[in-house]
Amino acid sequence: MSRIGLINARLLDPATGRDETGNLLAEDGIIKDLGPRLFNDATPDGIEIIDCRGHLLAPGLIDMRVFTGEPGAEHRETLRTASLAAAAGGVTTFIVMPNTDPVIDDVALVDYIERRARDTGIVHIHPMAALTKGLRGKEMTEFGLLKEAGAVAFTDGDRSLGDAQIMRRALSYAAHFDALIVQHAEVPELSHGVMNESELAGRLGLSGIPAMAEVIMIERDLRLLELTGGRYHVSQVSCAASVEVIVKAKQRGLKVTCGVSAAHLALNENDVQSYRTFFKMSPPLRCEDDRRALVAGVADGTIDVIVSSHDPQDAEAKRHPFAQATFGAIGLETLLASCLTHVHNGDVTLARLIGAMTSAPATLLGLDSGRLAVGAPADFVLADIGAPWIVNSEKLRSISKNTPFDHRRLQGRVLRTIVGGRTVFTQD
Amino acid sequence: MTNADAQTKPIFPHRHLLGIEGLSATDITSLLDLADTYVVQNRQVDKKGSVLRGRTQINLFFEASTRTQSSFELAGKRLGADVMNMSVSSSSIKKGETLVDTAMTLNAMHPDLIIIRHGDSGAVELLSQKVGCSVINAGDGSHEHPTQALLDALTIRRRKGTLEGMTVAICGDILHSRVARSNILLLNIMGARVRVVAPPTLLPKGIERFGVEVFHDMRKGLEGCDIVMMLRLQLERMSGSYVPSQREYFHYYGLDYEKLGYAKPDALIMHPGPMNRGVEIDSAVADDINRSVIREQVEMGVAVRMAVLDALARNIPNERQP
Repeated sequence: MSRIGLINARLLDPATGRDETGNLLAEDGIIKDLGPRLFNDATPDGIEIIDCRGHLLAPGLIDMRVFTGEPGAEHRETLRTASLAAAAGGVTTFIVMPNTDPVIDDVALVDYIERRARDTGIVHIHPMAALTKGLRGKEMTEFGLLKEAGAVAFTDGDRSLGDAQIMRRALSYAAHFDALIVQHAEVPELSHGVMNESELAGRLGLSGIPAMAEVIMIERDLRLLELTGGRYHVSQVSCAASVEVIVKAKQRGLKVTCGVSAAHLALNENDVQSYRTFFKMSPPLRCEDDRRALVAGVADGTIDVIVSSHDPQDAEAKRHPFAQATFGAIGLETLLASCLTHVHNGDVTLARLIGAMTSAPATLLGLDSGRLAVGAPADFVLADIGAPWIVNSEKLRSISKNTPFDHRRLQGRVLRTIVGGRTVFTQD
Repeated sequence: MTNADAQTKPIFPHRHLLGIEGLSATDITSLLDLADTYVVQNRQVDKKGSVLRGRTQINLFFEASTRTQSSFELAGKRLGADVMNMSVSSSSIKKGETLVDTAMTLNAMHPDLIIIRHGDSGAVELLSQKVGCSVINAGDGSHEHPTQALLDALTIRRRKGTLEGMTVAICGDILHSRVARSNILLLNIMGARVRVVAPPTLLPKGIERFGVEVFHDMRKGLEGCDIVMMLRLQLERMSGSYVPSQREYFHYYGLDYEKLGYAKPDALIMHPGPMNRGVEIDSAVADDINRSVIREQVEMGVAVRMAVLDALARNIPNERQP
């Protein structure tokens, strides 16, 4: 029987609103007890004591949007290397996208991911399965069987499902299994560009992707959702207009949720200046007004979850003229630190921010983690939220180093990451 | 100051010429003044100079080009440089070598000046970061084509005496045009008034913040202007994707005598070439020796490129640091 005691911790549980100094006892990977008075009399014998020294102890982060290269492109990232990066970033559970080779659109492949994750990963990893076979946008996958096999949701990853008829049927059919449909929202015909459509794109001579391409797709899908029922999630919103549309849909009572990437909360299109391909992502970074609207959306809860949208791309794929370079940026290891900026700036409360990376995704995906409660898994992140550091891409654990945060000064460092009661990462 | 000093004094405080953006009015004026001297030299029987003697110039063209490439080649040769032409679309890129590798391979041959044209915006800047020599942008995607803007400016200045206060209407496919972007920047720096004339589908978003007046009606756009600068419209963009047809485009945006009548009586007609006669410009207008300076632009092109090569070469130290 393994027992650990975490003492002198700032216990933060967004699910219940708990934010107090106290202690926590975990036994066999499960939270046994917690609170300010725990261990008041004495700490029990034979347990491993970890002194948190007043630092933040929160549920381990859950990242709903991670790409790896396994299977098919292991030179970019494997499940194992992604899990090392996750652990260093305080992420104890992440969800991998089905955009691999082969595509995760079959029960056997879901099994494969689960098995590889269990055998090689140091954090929890679950797959989202493809929404359509081969991500081709033509035929639905086997939602029921895939869900039973362990797929936590259905998405075509970085591809938008453009066919309205297929989307309608997918929403309708999935509703019966209470399966979550996750859309990368952009009208494909409007999205042939390479960066945000704007004055800057015009000056740089780059073709633009208008914000409206995203808004139109979300609005269409919401109309379909009204017709079908079911649960619909926009994997990433990138502009103010999308946030407005989602607010109104939520007010109408639709079961819609949405996410945003840490990069979109921190950066804007001006970072692309002089064709920096590490800032080329999908959806594209938008203008500063959009970025501020996204931060406000997180603060008021319109935006439910924050993701890293970790997308490893090797240097070769990025060392091209902007239009030829691949989309995508890594983000697992910088997720918490880059997001804490918004807390330090006073734009988002700590509880809300952590909630968007713990309890909110756990609820959406039906996971029992993401909370500090008796009986919940002993998955934790211990972080010094004030500690300054400078990102050095060479030191990141991902195989691919395409971070948009290289050389950035961030405040907030993960000190220790615990998965199932076992420490999987400590800061040197 | 001796004559020898005048020929070697640095006049251009940049290592590369990647675009008009970032240049000052002084930079541009210096280049144009120097180009004026090369116009004179080029009209002599003996056109050969020696300021680039011993220098190696590589023309690296990833996009087919006749006039720009030959213009740079001639410019380099007239200054005494050893010039090598490389058309890459036909060689290594097809073998899978990356753009950056191609540049690094050429860089290992110790060129002093590389002139690059590439179909992607930003590609020339990317390459300039990977090589140790001076780089001249001969056109990158829809971004910039600085020597074209400079030769246009030289043409205008020689005809009109100045750029300041001139009203210049740039007409046609602004959206895809690097010539338009470089000209808009340069003309603004030099104090000209710039108009753009195009259907909305051929204008980039936010164009009104580029320092231009936007017109969709060509007659209004040409009214009272000193210079009419026509742009080439690629034929494949005229079959319904950006404009409905060649016929409709010429009707509304083709330059003919009727529309030209709205410009000033002494307005000059310019075109960067190659022209689509009967599509964006009426053949008779293009050949009108009183109005069209299209062939003069080609002449100015060689002189401007000589000036740019000369100016950049002056910044290259003779003793290279290892």
